[in-house]
Amino acid sequence: MATLENLKYTKSHEWVLENADGTVTVGLTDYAQQELGDLVFVNLPAAGDDVTAGEPLGDVESVKAVSDVFCPVSGVVAEVNEELLDAPQLINEQPYEAWLIKVESVSGSEELLSAAEYEAFIAQGE
Amino acid sequence: MQLIFEKSRQGRGSVLLPACDVPEVALPEELQREEALRLPELSETEISRHYTALAKRAHGVNDGFYPLGSCTMKYNPRIDEEMAALPGFTGIHPLQPADTVLGCKQVLDTAKQYLCEATGMDDITFQPAAGAHGEFTGLLLMKAYHEANGDFNRKKIIIPDAAHGTNPASAVMAGFTVVTIPSNEHGCVDLDALRASVGEDTAGLMLTNPNTVGIFDPNILEITEIIHQAGGLNYYDGANFNAIMGVVRPGDMGFDVVHLNLHKTFATPHGGGGPGSGPVACKAILAPYLPASAIQNGQDGTEGRLQLKAFYGNFLVVLKAMTYMLTLGAEGIRNACEGAVLNANYMMHGLKDVYPVAYAGDHCMHEFVLTLEELKKETGVSALDVAKSLIDHDIHPPTMYFPLIVHEALMFEPTETESRETLDEAIAVMRQLYQMACENGEEMHHAPHHAQIKRPDEVLAARQPVLRYQWEQA
Repeated sequence: MATLENLKYTKSHEWVLENADGTVTVGLTDYAQQELGDLVFVNLPAAGDDVTAGEPLGDVESVKAVSDVFCPVSGVVAEVNEELLDAPQLINEQPYEAWLIKVESVSGSEELLSAAEYEAFIAQGE
Repeated sequence: MQLIFEKSRQGRGSVLLPACDVPEVALPEELQREEALRLPELSETEISRHYTALAKRAHGVNDGFYPLGSCTMKYNPRIDEEMAALPGFTGIHPLQPADTVLGCKQVLDTAKQYLCEATGMDDITFQPAAGAHGEFTGLLLMKAYHEANGDFNRKKIIIPDAAHGTNPASAVMAGFTVVTIPSNEHGCVDLDALRASVGEDTAGLMLTNPNTVGIFDPNILEITEIIHQAGGLNYYDGANFNAIMGVVRPGDMGFDVVHLNLHKTFATPHGGGGPGSGPVACKAILAPYLPASAIQNGQDGTEGRLQLKAFYGNFLVVLKAMTYMLTLGAEGIRNACEGAVLNANYMMHGLKDVYPVAYAGDHCMHEFVLTLEELKKETGVSALDVAKSLIDHDIHPPTMYFPLIVHEALMFEPTETESRETLDEAIAVMRQLYQMACENGEEMHHAPHHAQIKRPDEVLAARQPVLRYQWEQA
């Protein structure tokens, strides 16, 4: 399982990148894509939608199951990675490149872990 | 294997239509086809061989054990088919005068009486075509009831996390939002979570009992009372009705509306042999909102009723279910239910020392769920590998990876129509596969080894589905 030092992580397996302009980019971790298996469908919000920390922002579907993706921060969806709608496998191939959404007007956040803390959290669960 | 379209040769045929004995009427030009319908053209021999070949590649209840959990793949008695083939039932039309189809009306009335008795409900509709359609119908009844009472804010449907995926999907389709509540350590409804989730916005609860891990919820009366106290209604998902029919009634458990899967519990064919039938029965308070057919609309106070399917639903399926009920009688229905529960327990006890049972208790109802999480960790052999290996032993795989709250789940529902010998054989095969997983698990990753179709690429099929025949490539 890979993690990146410059990202923060949630216990529900999303990664967060805090951008210089105050926006936040959200994606699914390598661990999450491994556990989910091959993804076949991604359901994302629309730009302009409000999102709330800890609430589902959308869902991803593998051949096994549909799983909610929880939003690590509260704010407004600035941008959606529409490339994923036709190519959900990008999340499996490059989880830290295949971002889901960018959030602006960020007003609050879930508990976020560092890469080391996230790795310890995963190790604890196994 | 070639598709029937690929076997087609122009001009070859097997049907000689009789001469037309009524005046011919042409459709208006704008409704006429611009090119001929591309139906396959084959001789009767070719058609017969084509479908026989397809049947040989499939596994149905007539081929072998079929313990697909939550699907109730019981034997479909031949007498039901014989009744449904009677010309008096097949040669009719829903628009012919009602006094010429009194026998059909009697079938519906009889089925209504028995099913209302079995569920503890007051009225029924046969329109829904299958289970999820029944859920949708039942939810619309609940919505109509709340709106008729001026309760426009009851928008939330409470559903346990162990529920069938169709429950939340139907609730959203019917315009509700879904509140998911966690299961407790027994796989049952967490009463505290339920109490915390009800309020003035509660439209109702959707529940299967026994639930998807095969356990009858001992708090059922308290559960339905909590919802009623909050002003909501209780929906009983009849998916697992085979576990209680003739013994306990949803109406007595506090439910207000229930759908039944006639194609499961009442032994009519499904899984490719359908169609299904998902009648919805309800208490008298919901009866004024039951759907009506367009031909009834405006009669007998049915103005403005919903219509969810043409006319009276899948009538011949109702007829088969009625035949099943008449064949078994009240005592037989109860015996079938008890047999289903006994068979599931027999099988569970034959396996539980090697495969851990999820939410294990001493007993299950009509089905049980094994978790292969430990086996996968130790041997690398997954629930999928075991399920695929069963195919090599002429056993249909059980339901896999469901319910979602159990990891590496295999869900078995043997049904009452299997003999002790069949169960013993299936238990022996499962134990043999456990041994194989421990000793030579690698081989199981590639199972089935003897089936015509090995492991279809499910990911490719989901990502790039081909949903109809592509003429362009022909």
